[in-house]
Amino acid sequence: MSASAYEPVIGLEIHVQLKTRTKMFCGCELSFGDPPNTHTCPVCLGLPGALPVLNAKAVHYALMVGMALDCELTPRSIFHRKNYFYPDSPKGYQISQYDIPICGAGRLGDVRIHRAHLEEDAAKLIHLGGTGRIHGASESVVDFNRGGTPLVEIVTEPDVRSAAQAREWLTLLRTTLRQLGVSDVNMDEGSLRCDANVSIRPAGSDVLGTKTELKNMNSFRYLERGVEAEIARQIAIVEAGGEVIQETLHYDPTTRSAGGAPGAISSLRSKEEAHDYRYFPEPDLVPLVLEERMLEAARAELPELPAQRAERYEQELGLSADTARLFAFRSELGDYYELAAAAAGTSAEPQVLANWISGELVARIGDSDPAASKVTPGAIAQLVVLLRGKQIQPGAAKQVLDALVADGGEPEAIVAALGLGAIGGADELAEVVARALESDPAAVEKLRAGNMKAIGPIVGFVMRETKGRADGGEVNRLVREQLGL
Amino acid sequence: MIDRAQVLHVARLARLELADDEVERMTRELSAVLDHIERIGELELDDVPATSHVIDVVNALRADDPRPSLPREVALANAPEVVDGGFGVPSPGAAPS
Amino acid sequence: MSANDELIELGAAEAAEAVRAGDVKPAELFDAYRERAAADELNAFTWVADAAPVEGPAADAPLGGVPLAVKDLFCTEGVPSQAGSRILAGYRPPYTASVVARLAAAGTPLLGKTNQDEFAMGSSNENSAFGPVRNPWDRERVPGGSSGGSAAAVAAGLAPWALGTDTGGSIRQPAALCGIVGLKPTYGAVSRYGLIAFASSLDQAGPFARDVTDAALLFRHMVGQDELDSTSLAFPEPIALPDGADLTGVRLGVPEELTGEGIESGVREAFSATIALAEQLGASVEACHLPHAPHALSAYYLIAPAEASSNLARYDGVRYGYRAEADDLLTMYLRTRAEGFGAEVKRRIMLGTYALSSGYYDAYYGRAQKVRTKIAEDFRSAFERFDFIVTPTSPTVAFRLGEKTADPLSMYLNDFCTVPMSLAGIPAISIPNGLSDGLPVGFQLAGPAFSENRLLRAAYVLEQALGFDGSQARGGAEG
Ligand SMILES: [Mg+2]
Ligand SMILES: [Zn+2]
Repeated sequence: MSASAYEPVIGLEIHVQLKTRTKMFCGCELSFGDPPNTHTCPVCLGLPGALPVLNAKAVHYALMVGMALDCELTPRSIFHRKNYFYPDSPKGYQISQYDIPICGAGRLGDVRIHRAHLEEDAAKLIHLGGTGRIHGASESVVDFNRGGTPLVEIVTEPDVRSAAQAREWLTLLRTTLRQLGVSDVNMDEGSLRCDANVSIRPAGSDVLGTKTELKNMNSFRYLERGVEAEIARQIAIVEAGGEVIQETLHYDPTTRSAGGAPGAISSLRSKEEAHDYRYFPEPDLVPLVLEERMLEAARAELPELPAQRAERYEQELGLSADTARLFAFRSELGDYYELAAAAAGTSAEPQVLANWISGELVARIGDSDPAASKVTPGAIAQLVVLLRGKQIQPGAAKQVLDALVADGGEPEAIVAALGLGAIGGADELAEVVARALESDPAAVEKLRAGNMKAIGPIVGFVMRETKGRADGGEVNRLVREQLGL
Repeated sequence: MIDRAQVLHVARLARLELADDEVERMTRELSAVLDHIERIGELELDDVPATSHVIDVVNALRADDPRPSLPREVALANAPEVVDGGFGVPSPGAAPS
Repeated sequence: MSANDELIELGAAEAAEAVRAGDVKPAELFDAYRERAAADELNAFTWVADAAPVEGPAADAPLGGVPLAVKDLFCTEGVPSQAGSRILAGYRPPYTASVVARLAAAGTPLLGKTNQDEFAMGSSNENSAFGPVRNPWDRERVPGGSSGGSAAAVAAGLAPWALGTDTGGSIRQPAALCGIVGLKPTYGAVSRYGLIAFASSLDQAGPFARDVTDAALLFRHMVGQDELDSTSLAFPEPIALPDGADLTGVRLGVPEELTGEGIESGVREAFSATIALAEQLGASVEACHLPHAPHALSAYYLIAPAEASSNLARYDGVRYGYRAEADDLLTMYLRTRAEGFGAEVKRRIMLGTYALSSGYYDAYYGRAQKVRTKIAEDFRSAFERFDFIVTPTSPTVAFRLGEKTADPLSMYLNDFCTVPMSLAGIPAISIPNGLSDGLPVGFQLAGPAFSENRLLRAAYVLEQALGFDGSQARGGAEG
């Protein structure tokens, strides 16, 4: 069977560090990059006798997340202990929510949310190389600064069908969370972390195949590549008559797989020991019961969310669905667009302005935030207004934009300085067209023979000569006129 | 009742190394205790809710206000091994189970 | 009697009063006890303060500088807090338990830390890494456990009063076996912050004292909500010092399930005599039923070990405490815990891990929690008819050292009368109600949640009428 005979079924598990001031269960301040073990206390070190007390702000943020993901909120949720031994877990258990999470079923875009719950982050374990201990055994060091950071874990239903969709959806989630202001959502720094559960099945089937859990995809690109690699790996196994086994896998983007594709997938556990987390209700914490004032406070702080924003762009501004989604999902583009639109007022077509931002500007500045570029929203608005008034031609406008990206400034001033204003009268342009025809007899012959495609080089000549200031339509007309076509 | 294999499995989960004679003794002693305890199996408890807290308290929440953390030397004072300002441990080798 | 002996013979409340009146200096009082505690021959203390605190109590401190012995299970900043375990040998925490800090602020400074069963698991104090504690009434016998050091210290006059913890009887049973008063409060009445956890849903700190008045006074300054303990509650009323001379109108229920088989005859006789005395004092006494009480021990020995197996997972050799040297992490864990924990702790960790493990949760832990619900219901309906439930505290008097160590189950059966109240989270007090073959017997009264004031009053009235004399144990400690 070909690869298209299989349908990937993907579910995502996302850990989001909340941007509270203090940790989930103690008053230690959150930190990033501070010297190790400078933000600890009896609670987050798991000292004998210490007890957890739940951070109200973490609950508030979790409720905002739940509302943004359209989740059913649980009137009374509880915490459990998830027991496991590892040096990053100071108590020997993680306090998490198990069978009664604060947020139940919901939806974001085209993916259903299974649940979202509160839990505490683990500490950071730094592996050192061989340190001269006997047998050259290596050593690790634990830093408890991160330990106890509040997390919301979001678990989706297996609704994702491709690696690209996984990436796109995670972008939407990140934007949503950023808009909420509940997290830095930075994959490099680990404030947004994503695992994927991947399985494949024959296209059209509705049984679920054996899934694997793919960890450590710490960028959007790696998520897409990792999932792609895992889909390919599973297809190869099945094609070879094998069976996918349920395991936890590690994606390493820096190495190559046996087949030469970038990023190798390896089994995370050399010794696969059955998980037995021995969950039981955390006796040191009391149930969390949602009160109306808590819900109101969360609701009051909900900003316009990407899905709503996309709808507004489509309905109120008449932007195309694609542009509306782009601006909504990449909120920095949407924010920039709204400032530019305000500056342009009614003097620019919304969709034309949008295209200049999503097309030309993004092509020049890539993934970076346009607000951080030298092109002010007012400048790009002015550029589009100049275009609409035919004071400049599109080719010249692109040169103005190059200058804006490089040095900033005002489009009108750049037009004047570089002499990029639309060419004045027809006489001036007729002269250039005449020279163009003169310079390319071969093209003229073809044109006379009725092959209108040959006009390209002529127009190109005119644009070069006029530095893009000529109106393409006018050039066309003059060519026909001068050749008597 | 609990058998030797279960005792070994549980000891592994609990990260307790048991000597051979301990395994034997543990199996015997736990079995005796479990024989007594398992009498709760006779009770009719289908519709009974479980009690995890005997007190009627909910929402013991804390304001998100920082409190001073421990000075690092205090945090590390009881550590069996300190490496680079952190708690040194032997290499995990295998990842968590 | 020497001047010191006279000080020792003052009760704690009386001593606080003498300090306030200016008749006794706090440092004198502290030193009198310090000297006795330092000369401890019962192995009741694992650490004794070098000297009285440099700063004496505030002039208006209600507890007047009367020193306090504290079970080793409580964390005390810079002072060994070892929970009776090798795995915490030498451990000095960087903070103090809320209740200890609260009591110090009220004017009862730390005299010393008392020996206990390791992690409070035991009923005889033989499970301590620091050796067994001896009963001051008979040094060949156990003081009970797990707070055996605190009980022995108070009984022997090595401390005027002490803190203990009770998870399934660990205050009441040693109080009974040592002939003193011990109160297990309503769950949540006293902060657990800084109390090294055994079984979190059951652990509760409480006072040991020579008499009910002293217990009430200490308890008064222990209660209250603590923002560091989510499960702590504000006590609904101030704790009063008890008074009164009769029990008119007080209805006592005697549960058949806890007063029949298994209670040795001397204990049974003392119990019957006390019941008769209560009736003379005006109480009405009736037999009653706690139908699920016979299953309480089973539920307890699932719930407590399960929680303990998790609470004790933090002793892994990473951040504090004992570490066995090993080249890899897994071996380090396995050996650290194998060498750091004693036999009883290992047994309970095993039992608890098993009860929570995949495939067994519903049959064991889940089921035990349902039994717990039924036991709480039994008490609730009993308290519709009775003010208090009364039982012997312990089915036997103090037994000989080593007598039950070979048979864990027979040791567990000691908690038969105390465990039901622990599961229900309700308060219960043990007072000495006589001797059997020269050894103290304890009488237990249990009331509804937050009925401590009424409970203390009834106990006080009985105490006055019983006239139990514990001075023999205080004299015995000297010689
Ligand atoms: Mg998680
Ligand atoms: Zn902390």
